[in-house]
Amino acid sequence: MVDLLQHLVHGVSLGAIYALIALGYTMVYGVLQLINFAHGDVFMLGAMMGWYASSRWTQEAAHPSWAGAVAVTLLCMAICGTTGFLIERFGYRPLRGSPKLNSLITAIGFSFLLEYGGQFVFGPNPRAFGALPVDPGDQFRVLGVSISYIDLICVGVSVGLMVLLNRIIYHSRIGTAMRAVSWNPPVAALMGVNVDKVISFTFVLGSVLAAVAGILYASAYRKVEPLMGLMPGLKAFVSAVLGGIGNVHGAMLGGLILGLAEQLVSSYVSSQWKDAIAFAILILILLVKPSGLLGKGSAEKV
Amino acid sequence: MRRMSAKFLICLLAVALGCKKEQEGGGNVSGTDTAVIKVGEVGSMTGTEATFGISSHNGIQLATDEVNAAGGIKGRKIQVLALDDQGKPEEAATAATRLISSEHVTALLGEVASTRSLFMAPKAQAAKTPMVSPSSTNEKVTAVGDYIFRACFIDPFQGYVMAKFATDTLKLNKAAILRDVRNDYSVGLAKVFNDNFTKMGGQIVENQSYSSGDVDFKAQLTNIKAAKPQALYVPGYYTDVGLVARQAREVGLTVPMLGGDGWDSEKLYEIGGAALEGSFFSNHYSVDDPSPRIQEFVAKFKKAYGGQVPDSLAAQAYDAAGMLYDAMKRAKDITGPSIREALAQTKDYKGVTGDITMDDKRNASKPAVVLRVGKGGKYEFSGRILPEGMKETNPAETPRAGPEPKKTEGNTAPNPAPGMTPTPTQAPAPGATTSAQNAANTGQRQGVPAGEHSKK
Repeated sequence: MVDLLQHLVHGVSLGAIYALIALGYTMVYGVLQLINFAHGDVFMLGAMMGWYASSRWTQEAAHPSWAGAVAVTLLCMAICGTTGFLIERFGYRPLRGSPKLNSLITAIGFSFLLEYGGQFVFGPNPRAFGALPVDPGDQFRVLGVSISYIDLICVGVSVGLMVLLNRIIYHSRIGTAMRAVSWNPPVAALMGVNVDKVISFTFVLGSVLAAVAGILYASAYRKVEPLMGLMPGLKAFVSAVLGGIGNVHGAMLGGLILGLAEQLVSSYVSSQWKDAIAFAILILILLVKPSGLLGKGSAEKV
Repeated sequence: MRRMSAKFLICLLAVALGCKKEQEGGGNVSGTDTAVIKVGEVGSMTGTEATFGISSHNGIQLATDEVNAAGGIKGRKIQVLALDDQGKPEEAATAATRLISSEHVTALLGEVASTRSLFMAPKAQAAKTPMVSPSSTNEKVTAVGDYIFRACFIDPFQGYVMAKFATDTLKLNKAAILRDVRNDYSVGLAKVFNDNFTKMGGQIVENQSYSSGDVDFKAQLTNIKAAKPQALYVPGYYTDVGLVARQAREVGLTVPMLGGDGWDSEKLYEIGGAALEGSFFSNHYSVDDPSPRIQEFVAKFKKAYGGQVPDSLAAQAYDAAGMLYDAMKRAKDITGPSIREALAQTKDYKGVTGDITMDDKRNASKPAVVLRVGKGGKYEFSGRILPEGMKETNPAETPRAGPEPKKTEGNTAPNPAPGMTPTPTQAPAPGATTSAQNAANTGQRQGVPAGEHSKK
């Protein structure tokens, strides 16, 4: 029983990070019907920049401070936001009128560019990451279950950002504009919505979330390398589809399910099966409910 | 298709080179007995693994200089021709071919990496040129043919070493295994550890796996913790091991971790940090080994290379070259088949990394060292483990002699001969002793440096 709870804690912590990345996929899809494959690599960029910033600012990554961690995170958010903006501005916008497949190929191109460009610039060796002043080993116990502070921070920050995102989308002017564009871009434009600006904003928002996810992921697993965005990116994408792509709440739910499924499968079946079974769950859900768990036909997208 | 044509081109080139040299070198080969003995060396002098090649080259050069200074072999000096393979297997094969067919080398030294040795070996075998790899530990390398030898132990031996160390020195009887299923090396070590630990009376309480590149091991570690082992054997590579160590402490698993030479990298501690302290791994050699042979070698090496400390690759290359020259001295003449014969009969060659004896599969049977990860990531020498049935510096004993190794069972080194300090084997270094006792004493409440991470 204690073991089960322990697995659940780990699953929730991992799932929260998947959810945070999944939000970027789902928002962009909601607005543009484009799967932005470069998103996982923006996540990598966030972690990488975090590594550079923290090793420069705090001299020794072993003695980071909270203020330093916040500064590093803000800096990475700015860098990733800018990257997201540039990718959209120069990669996707010129192709907006052309067939969807063209944008998709461009997205895959950007993904490889960031991955292998990253290997060239940063070097392929993994580095140890330590921007947060807590060690993954720092923990406390509840009912025999050990919960590390990193897990708490992951879940706390993720939930906080999701609540904030919810407010932006449903209770702000720009959010209303995003929803309008996701419904029907030409009509939104006719109503006076600056579609280009809204789409840029969506990319920036998604990339900023990816940067935070990158820092959290790297703090929890302590390793950054140029190809680290590949698997988490793919799994976040799966989470987004699982929950119903284009649906913000669905992305959160999907991330959580995937994180839990992975942990439970590797603990009760075998770690070799974890990806196979996690993806089998995806296929099953899509067979039963093709639009994803929360993806109703009439659901509000974005 | 492109690949095929490239290979074809290389073949053509090799043939062309070979033919050319056949003509001009004709007189040289049949030359007098005073001509130099040419020995070819293939290594990665450039590329991502440049340190491997350079270290090995330094070791080989030192051994060669010593032999030449002492008058050479049968009155002839040795000349080492080193070729760079840039860390590429195909280049290693080409370099071997070039050395054999155009330089007419008598023997080959190299490569460090098993993959590249596997590319070189068929060339050496076909040309009946003895080849000695200093540090390729994959079993398949010497299986290529009877002209291929190595100066290091093979992968599975390390599994035995750790089982022995855990049983005899740490006095443990319950261990768990976490192996990398995508890595033959890890699977091999884990299997041998499992078999030997069980045979020595221990019990494997949990057997878990991961795939190299994974970053989340908490599920496996939580299961391992539930089985209450006294130690965790993780024979993986350093990046994964560093992460495993951190997460082990995170899920509250505080028992010492054990591993193999795949841990040997400065990255290990960078990633794993303090979570690794108190863990042990097997390796080929340690500069801190108090044995006079090693200290003498370290001093010589430092003198020759401006204070540089020899790493284990340099020590093994030094031994590989030394072993080859020793065989050349014993061989009836300096030809491939005679040297091969002499190499195969190598027995108790006094290398710096231990007494080396060739077994019937042309693998070196020799001791391994166990290192402890100490404070700040410093590796502390904690003991030496001999192959089953071998006694330390006792020439009468043949290693892997028979099914019944004499009384050596249950004792790391029964009779250290004069000449050898008993300290390394009988009584591990101070740091190691305490940790070993710790591990043994606190086995019940499963924790070595407990209290550091849990319960805040």
